[in-house]
Amino acid sequence: MAITTSKSYFWTGFREGLPFVIVVGPFGMLFGVFATEAGLNIAQTIAFSATVFAGAAQFTALQLLQDNTPTVIILASALAVNLRVAMYSASLTPYLGAAPLWQRACAAYLIVDQSYACSIVRFEAEPELTTKQRMAYFVGCVSPVAPIWILMTYLGAVLGAQIPDSWALDFALPIAFLAMIGPMMRTLPHVIAALVAIVVALLTVQVPANLGLLIAGVAGMMAGAQAELALERHKR
Amino acid sequence: MTTVSATTIWILIIGLAIGSFALRFTFIGLVGDRPIPSWLLRHLRYTAVAIIPALIAPLVVWPAATDGQPDLPRMAAAAVALTVGLVTKKVLTAIFSGAAVLYALLYLIG
Repeated sequence: MAITTSKSYFWTGFREGLPFVIVVGPFGMLFGVFATEAGLNIAQTIAFSATVFAGAAQFTALQLLQDNTPTVIILASALAVNLRVAMYSASLTPYLGAAPLWQRACAAYLIVDQSYACSIVRFEAEPELTTKQRMAYFVGCVSPVAPIWILMTYLGAVLGAQIPDSWALDFALPIAFLAMIGPMMRTLPHVIAALVAIVVALLTVQVPANLGLLIAGVAGMMAGAQAELALERHKR
Repeated sequence: MTTVSATTIWILIIGLAIGSFALRFTFIGLVGDRPIPSWLLRHLRYTAVAIIPALIAPLVVWPAATDGQPDLPRMAAAAVALTVGLVTKKVLTAIFSGAAVLYALLYLIG
């Protein structure tokens, strides 16, 4: 392939990020609907999607908001869900770490599941890319997704304001979360992490302020990490 | 539904916006080219997969809408959403399958 300019890498990324629109659009719309159901107005809902820019964490905050959880615990829990992006950031650092600080700051804001998944595959496959080309590709990947996420959140918020209470939306959020779990079960340690977290969460339901969630989360993380170590030792 | 004050909502949004950016910026912005300890990466890998099931498990076992009584439509919808997600690995397919079962059963027996 003879594509060498960073501009063409932007468009390569754009093309490869395009299919994610199909997933991100409806997801943003669901967030908009749920946010208005939880009592947020349209401005708050859009500000949420535009500044936080992380679906799973946003859904977590909404759910806990409805359970009368103290604000500090909501923040801690939603950010814990988002620890994933810190891992993406760490994983992208060897490839993008040499870019100027302002570019890295912009890129940081744009780290989401989709831009990470796209970019890491390309960066590993083409180690000869320059930092500039990598940055162009990364921004390209997220460019179709970001405006759609915000636009669909807005449409969802407008729509959500008109949905009657009788639609059993109380359970739509749990269904959305359950649907996210399946695709995460990539390896045995992932399954173990989830199972341990579930058991601990059910045992700690009485702990005040929904703190049981954080306890269960930490237990699950440690279980996953230990399972991974044990599997590695077993393979050798 | 309980009403939440606008101040609380804005505190949440701003707090999450700053916090999420900090999480994203920590490594790529501050750590730069320095190596990251592998034990830390190993734990970060399992955060979402631990927290999300932990959030959801009590909601499925004791659903709020039925005053904590497990009910058939919700349990069935939960099982379908989870199973379809596990089999197809597609989030949206799983959401719509679960929702279809929920509304079908609520209509039939609800």
